[in-house]
Amino acid sequence: MTDTLAAPALTANDFASENEVRWCPGCGDYAILKAVKKTLAEIGAARENTVFVSGIGCSSRFPHYVNTYGFHSIHGRAPAIATGAMLANPDLDMWIITGDGDGLSIGGNHLMHILRRNVNCQILLFNNEIYGLTKGQYSPTSHFATRSPSSPSGSLDTPIDPALFALGCGARFVARAVDTQQKQLGEILKAAYEHSGASFIEIYQNCPVFNDGVFSPFTEKASRDDFQIQVEHKKPLTYGSENNKGLISNQSQFDLKPVTIGQDGIKPEQIITHDQTNRTLAFLLAQMSGRDTPTATGVLYNASEPSYEHVVTEQVSKITARAKQRPEPARSGINDVLRQGFNWEV
Amino acid sequence: MTIVKNDDKIILIIKTKVPALLDKTKRQPLETVVVRIAGDSGDGIQVTGSQLSLANAMQGSDLATFPDYPSEVRAPVGTTYGVSAFQIHFGGRDIKTIGDEPDVLIALNPAALKTNLERLRTGGLVIIDTGAFTSRNIEKAGYEISPLEDKTLDAYKLIKTDISKQTLAAVADIGLSRKDSLRCKNFYALGLVYWLFDRQRESTYAWLQKKFAVHKNVANANIAALDAGHAFGETLEASSDLAGYSIGPAQMENGLYRLVTGAQTMAWGLAAAAELCDRKLVFASYPITPATPILHELATLKDLGVVTFQAEDEIAAACAALGASFAGALGVTSSSGPGIALKQETISLAVSVELPMVIVNTQRAGPSTGMPTKTEQSDLYQAAFGRHGESPLPVLAARSPADCFDVAIEASRIAIEYMTPVIVLSDGFIGNASEPWLIADVNDYPRFGHEQIIIPEAFAPFKRHPKTLARQWVTPGMEGLEHVLGGLEKDHVTGAIAYDPENHQKMTDIRAQKIAGISRTIPDLEPDQGDTTGDIAIVGWGSTYGPISRAVTNLRNDGKAVSHVHLRHLFPFADNQDELLDNFRIILVPELNAGQLLMMIKATGRQNLQGLSKVSGQPFMVREIEAAVDKILEKIND
Repeated sequence: MTDTLAAPALTANDFASENEVRWCPGCGDYAILKAVKKTLAEIGAARENTVFVSGIGCSSRFPHYVNTYGFHSIHGRAPAIATGAMLANPDLDMWIITGDGDGLSIGGNHLMHILRRNVNCQILLFNNEIYGLTKGQYSPTSHFATRSPSSPSGSLDTPIDPALFALGCGARFVARAVDTQQKQLGEILKAAYEHSGASFIEIYQNCPVFNDGVFSPFTEKASRDDFQIQVEHKKPLTYGSENNKGLISNQSQFDLKPVTIGQDGIKPEQIITHDQTNRTLAFLLAQMSGRDTPTATGVLYNASEPSYEHVVTEQVSKITARAKQRPEPARSGINDVLRQGFNWEV
Repeated sequence: MTIVKNDDKIILIIKTKVPALLDKTKRQPLETVVVRIAGDSGDGIQVTGSQLSLANAMQGSDLATFPDYPSEVRAPVGTTYGVSAFQIHFGGRDIKTIGDEPDVLIALNPAALKTNLERLRTGGLVIIDTGAFTSRNIEKAGYEISPLEDKTLDAYKLIKTDISKQTLAAVADIGLSRKDSLRCKNFYALGLVYWLFDRQRESTYAWLQKKFAVHKNVANANIAALDAGHAFGETLEASSDLAGYSIGPAQMENGLYRLVTGAQTMAWGLAAAAELCDRKLVFASYPITPATPILHELATLKDLGVVTFQAEDEIAAACAALGASFAGALGVTSSSGPGIALKQETISLAVSVELPMVIVNTQRAGPSTGMPTKTEQSDLYQAAFGRHGESPLPVLAARSPADCFDVAIEASRIAIEYMTPVIVLSDGFIGNASEPWLIADVNDYPRFGHEQIIIPEAFAPFKRHPKTLARQWVTPGMEGLEHVLGGLEKDHVTGAIAYDPENHQKMTDIRAQKIAGISRTIPDLEPDQGDTTGDIAIVGWGSTYGPISRAVTNLRNDGKAVSHVHLRHLFPFADNQDELLDNFRIILVPELNAGQLLMMIKATGRQNLQGLSKVSGQPFMVREIEAAVDKILEKIND
């Protein structure tokens, strides 16, 4: 009996780099880093084939803390750099690390286009609703009236919702996670990895220094169950500390309505079952505000479509096959191109 | 001439013998001639021009062309701002410019006459379609009375005929609508020009038959119009003293030729470079006039493995090119001035992470939107100094459409051998102009970028080649060499983030030394024309090559001690540049900007410099350069 010499499987620790992690104590980024390393081990990622590309900001330091290939680039441009890399080598496992400022302010345009093109990658948007690295200014996801050094009387900008933005851009995979909810985060990362195309994950990430507790109402243990709904494909949309709350269809408003099972004659079968392939439902879940309705986390939308690199490659095959069918010899290099068309001998 | 049909391709083969002229005795021989065709943007002026170019090339004439068209896609018919023009200079010797002033102007409507007449040489020939000179069109062009009825055309020879009406008559039997029939009038005019200069029609027949293979009646109508125009010329010959001209073939090196624009050769040069270094070409761009034709050309080469990416903006295009290089492809981006400005942050990142990248700038008249379809050389500062921080990079400039091929290959070689972004300067003139090109053979170019030997145990991301100072190009997918690149300052060996003051000094110095050291791969500068000493060296770069070269030929024929020194390498300069320029009393630097190369040479400590600046959106005229030289000579010989 012979054993093949398989390389020993890598553990989460095998993906840690030698660099000292320099986020603030208590930063939510630590938890995300931990979940990503664990996921890399679980999916059996090859270090040499894995690439983390980031922009600028606290979260964008991430590539320095994993020992795969990485590119800590410039503010907002990670999606464009990653797109170029995937066009050069479609076999890479591409992870993009961005934040609410990097991804939705200076880099909003590139985020929009990588999502609509469906470049095969995982986009982790660390949303802490504040600018950390520049010391606490309000961000495009900050609540209206956020007081910060650049908005001492309160910010006047209406915030953008990352998941709704992604859905609006035509993203085929949109999920929400919470830094401290490791189990769910790990499952989402794995689903994102398995999804072919651009997977967008908004991660609510607590910034203990400049915006501490901004997500507490739906992330703290005491209130989490009643103010957060963790959605799962093909499971009823229920939540609550006694798991007796749920979402039904409010047909007159084309909306979701939170209800309590047993009250006002609500029966369990009225509760909607989550269907991650239903884009309309994903929109409705994403736009629940978290005040009168729970904040939805989990995989909101997951529909498979060919990735950008796939259609790019497919088009080349088609063009090449067509060229082969032509009667004249197919051109095999630029020398042939130069000699096609009108030319003359002197 | 023989026409060989090879499947759907039509190849014309000619031997450079002067074709038998119908009536050699009566035709007046000309060495060269400049023809300008002008009409409404919908008149097919550019197609007419390219057919005239091809016919000339097939007959062995050398030529240079330039399309001069408006920015408006379809300006209102008959207006002066809707006029499209095409200028061609052709003849029986080497042609280096599009010609200072046209000898012949074909004006297909009053607006075309209005906007182009003042360029015409006094005594030149004007060909007019009287059918288009309706009172409405005359008024639209801004004439108070018809220029055919006052003294407007007194200083010129004139052929006026109702081209519109004669075209309709010529194609009457084919059964096209009146509108479609009238669209053949450019070919009628072309036929007349062919008669005028004794050009053969076969190449145009062949082109029309291929172009309208499906719509055969359209091909036939245009052929009928072409023949009718030619026949009209013959009747002119019989009825007037105008016997037409004859133009001999130019002495050209033997080989296979084709007509090329600078955009085509730039695109092909980049694709050739990718073959020579065995990398995938990823060309990322965002449409902008006049740079876009490079993207169009490369987008047709997907079957060769060329990847083109139309990005969402200029920044994304630059980033995608850099990302492609990061992953091991030859990453190239292309734009014009305003777009290059947007790319500069990314180019600085490329300087910092030391990845290869090629940036092509097809310059146009600025600042800001400026004059998108007009040419200028005003991005030299932007190329050499346009980033943030200390971020030197090599800058090369192409001098002509044919030259773009070589420059694209050289830029790619430098980018990979030195692990640096390289900026290539072209301009709107070079990009759109066409000339015959002795087709290159990629096998004649040295291969590059194959010398990398990586020993994993000894690898560190910023260890350098002792001679070039280039780091190694290690890309994702290569096992055991995983590392992180980034814009933060890096340790000079490990590439780890480093804020150490000495390290930053060292890295800044090394990055500068590496670029300065590129001059060792630059051949010694020699005068393109003239002696290595003399009264005046004219130092030029980019598309001013043609006018300067012709001016120097003329001046030297007059016995003047003038030399032409052309710079392809603008940063760093060739090592011997200073030494060479020391041998001249005055250095004249003509540029289509306010004196940017002048300032860069001044910065080397040189005193005996004089600039010649032009920023009108038009190329230099030969006589402008000659006049500047004569003025200097007068002064120094006083």
